[in-house]
Amino acid sequence: MDSSLFQLLNYGVYGTAILVMLIGLYGALVKKSLLKVVIGLSVMESGLNLLIVALGYLKGGTAPIFSEGFLNGSNKIMVDPVPQALVLTAIVIGFGVTAVALSLVIRLYRHHGTLNIDEIRNLKW
Amino acid sequence: MKKVIVILLLAALGFYLGTTFFNIGFGDPHFANGVKDFYLKETVDNLHVSNTVTSIVVNFRGFDTLGEVTVLFLAVTALGSILYKRRHEVGTRSVLFSSSSVVTAGSKLLFPAVILLGVYVFVHGHLSPGGGFQGGVIIATGFLLMLLSYENYSVSHKWLSIVESLAGIVFAGVGLLGFINGGTFLQNFLPTGVLNNLFSGGVIPIIYIAVGFKVAAELTGVIYTVLHEKGVK
Amino acid sequence: MIYFVLIAFLLLLMIAAAVYSIRQKDLLYATLATGIISLVLSILFYLLQAPDVALTEAAIGVALTTIIFLITIRNTVRYESDEDNFKSEVK
Repeated sequence: MDSSLFQLLNYGVYGTAILVMLIGLYGALVKKSLLKVVIGLSVMESGLNLLIVALGYLKGGTAPIFSEGFLNGSNKIMVDPVPQALVLTAIVIGFGVTAVALSLVIRLYRHHGTLNIDEIRNLKW
Repeated sequence: MKKVIVILLLAALGFYLGTTFFNIGFGDPHFANGVKDFYLKETVDNLHVSNTVTSIVVNFRGFDTLGEVTVLFLAVTALGSILYKRRHEVGTRSVLFSSSSVVTAGSKLLFPAVILLGVYVFVHGHLSPGGGFQGGVIIATGFLLMLLSYENYSVSHKWLSIVESLAGIVFAGVGLLGFINGGTFLQNFLPTGVLNNLFSGGVIPIIYIAVGFKVAAELTGVIYTVLHEKGVK
Repeated sequence: MIYFVLIAFLLLLMIAAAVYSIRQKDLLYATLATGIISLVLSILFYLLQAPDVALTEAAIGVALTTIIFLITIRNTVRYESDEDNFKSEVK
């Protein structure tokens, strides 16, 4: 691959990850609907995962698996496995966080009959 | 006004992150290579595990994985207590619909294949991509398929909790056996075998199979609880 | 070259889906857009030589998270009541 194209990819992958993260954070901060806040957090998590995995990528590396093809082949470069293990944990925990957040949303809707943050804040308990 | 403040804040954050990461560079060996080289060398030389991510998750950071599984268990418990219902409300499904016969027959055919794929993924976790978490999630997806196609398909809560507890006991028990035999928690005490064989890697396949069962039971419980929640109409 | 075009397409699709999922008032479509983000993300993980993470993201992000969001929407409201203060549509 051309090195100039690869340079562009450099900005592309990091830029996309940061942009998606910021879009999700914007949604979580600005939107009034509680479900939209949870969606924003989920989008932000996706961008963050992409950022961490992209940090561990090595040019020309293969996946960190010692298969027969790798052991007999000539390419001896592997990408960094540590960020991948980190993101593996983060995705599973992120699902648990989303499930608990959504159950809180259902419970709030059962109690107040609305999901708008302002209306929920104005009600007296 | 609030929007303007938020956009300014995000622009500052984006500028900071952008300058930081564009200086690091994509695809360059910028981390301290000692950590990575140690993990790779130790994995292939001493543990005889093919998949390095598996060996990091289960062996080098096995205690971390035990905590992660516990967090998932806590999430299931929190879900059940938040969506608590009184006795007379139990038993009604919120999402009621009748699936067409094509969907029901297809999912009945597909269900064993999905379960088999999940079991394959977590049994071969130390050889190929995949492992306990992935296999468990695939199995939970199979149960989701059945719950969505059949209105009155039900999963026994008792069996879910039994499977989950047994898998947790196996995980902690293997860790304690390592403590007795080797001196540290989750120490490997079985022969590690030959690289790229099914029976290799010592205790890693056992732990990953336990994690697979535990994750499958927990996520099936999450889906079942949320699916049986009845909203205010 | 074809690799470059594929990655550029996936990155643009991911940004577009993220913007759509935040701007869309109908939460059903917003949820489906987050599912698309997860799908694209799992292909990107595969291209970045992380097959383990790709498997996890494909199973959790595409299937389970989307389904849980859909059930929650079914149990609460489908439309986002915006700053314009129109009445939130209760089923």
